[in-house]
Amino acid sequence: MTGKNIFATRWGIIGVGAAIGILAAFLQKLGNPANMGICVACFERDIAGALGLHRAEVVQYLRPEIVGFVLGSFVAAYLAREFRPRVGSAPIVRFVLGAFAMIGALVFLGCPWRAALRLAGGDGNALVGLAGLTFGIWIGTLFLKKGYNLGRSQATHTAVGWVMPLIMLGFLALLLISPQPEGQAKSEFLFYSLKGPGAAHAPLAISLAIGLGIGILAQRSRFCTMGAIRDGLLFGHVHLLSGFISLILFAFLTNLLLGQFHPGFTGQPIAHDQHVWNFAGMTLAGLAFALAGGCPGRQLFLAGEGDGDAAVFVLGMIVGAGFAHNFGLASSPNGIGPHGMAAVAVGLTVCLLIGLTMRNKNA
Amino acid sequence: MTTMVDARGLSCPQPVIMALDEMKKEDNRELVVLVDTDTSKENVSRAATSQGGQVSEVSEEGGGYRITVRKG
Repeated sequence: MTGKNIFATRWGIIGVGAAIGILAAFLQKLGNPANMGICVACFERDIAGALGLHRAEVVQYLRPEIVGFVLGSFVAAYLAREFRPRVGSAPIVRFVLGAFAMIGALVFLGCPWRAALRLAGGDGNALVGLAGLTFGIWIGTLFLKKGYNLGRSQATHTAVGWVMPLIMLGFLALLLISPQPEGQAKSEFLFYSLKGPGAAHAPLAISLAIGLGIGILAQRSRFCTMGAIRDGLLFGHVHLLSGFISLILFAFLTNLLLGQFHPGFTGQPIAHDQHVWNFAGMTLAGLAFALAGGCPGRQLFLAGEGDGDAAVFVLGMIVGAGFAHNFGLASSPNGIGPHGMAAVAVGLTVCLLIGLTMRNKNA
Repeated sequence: MTTMVDARGLSCPQPVIMALDEMKKEDNRELVVLVDTDTSKENVSRAATSQGGQVSEVSEEGGGYRITVRKG
C-alpha cells in the first residue's frame, strides 16, 4: 500500500544507493577532491567559504552539487505532487543542531556521506568515524524512546516552501555570473580557492547535472544515511540501511575500477588519524542529525520538498562551518584544530540538553 | 477497538514510533494513523506490515493521509 513509488521499494533504495556511490566516485575522477566525490558537510563548508562566511583559503567554492540536490528534490516533489510547504517545528533548535552537526563533522572531516566514501576509498579512519556516528545516533534513539520530539510543523504558504530552492537558484546565478577569474581567488561576488580541496572540482555543468539527478532520486527514495543506522537500532529495520550499504559497496567497486582504492590509516586524503576525535566528532554529528530527524543530505532533500525547518537546519550547517573555520574548531590533515576538543564538548552538552529537555511537546 | 494516532506534522521517526507503540497494545484490533507527508505514509505502512499488521486502506484526508492498519 505504498503507492506506485518504485524508488521506495527495497530494490529502489538499493539502486539509488548504488547510483550515488558510482556517481560520487566518478565525480572524484572528474576533479572533485579524493574520497570526497560528494560530502554534504564539506560542500556546504565550501559554500560558506565562497560567500566569505569564513576565510579558510583552501575551502572556498560554491559547490553546484548542493544546489542540484535541493533543486532536484524540488522538481521531483512537484512532479510527484509531494511538495508540501511546512514550518514551525522548533526552527531555532534545528538551526543550533545544524551548526553543531557541522562542527562535529568538521572535526572528523566529513559527513556520513563522506565517511562512506572515505571507507570506499580505503581510508580506515572512516571506520572509526562510522562507529562514532553510530554511537551518536544510538544516544539519539534513547531520547526518541523517551518521547523526545521538537513538536509539530504546520502547513504554510506555498511561497515559504520556495524560499530554500530560490536561495539555491540565487547561488547558482552568482556562480554563473561571477566565475573564477584565471589564477585569482576572488571574483566580483564570490571567493574561490587556488589550491587545496576548494580548488578541486569537476566541471560545473557535470556537478550540477549529477546533483540534480541525485536530488531527484533521493527525494523519491527518501534516502537517508542517518535514518539507515537509526532505523536499524530503533526498529531492526534494514530498508534505508540497504541503500547506505549499497552506496559504500558500489563506490568501492567503482574506485577499484578507476584505481582510486588505497587502503590504510595514514596519509589518507583530507583526513587525520586522531581516532578519539574522529570518533567524538562523528558522535556529535550523529546525535545532532538524529535529534533533527535526518542526515545532511536528507535535510537538503526535505528543504527542496517544502520543509522550512529542514531549510533552517541547512542554514545552521552553513553558519556552523563559518564558526568552525573562524575559531579553529575544524580539523585539517595535520590533526584537530586548536579548539576542536572544546567545540565537541560544548556541542555534546548542548545536544544532550536538547534531548533531555524537549519531550512530548504537542505530541 | 479502533485507536486513532495523529502523527501529522511530526518528524521522522515519530510517526513510526507512535504507530508501533499502539500496535503493541493487545486490545487494539485496528489502528488509524494520520500523517501529513508521503514519506510518513510509506514508513508507517512499511513498519506496520513488518510487525504483522495489514494496511487495509490508505485515503487522502486534509492534505495528508489516513492509514488504516488491521492487526494480524
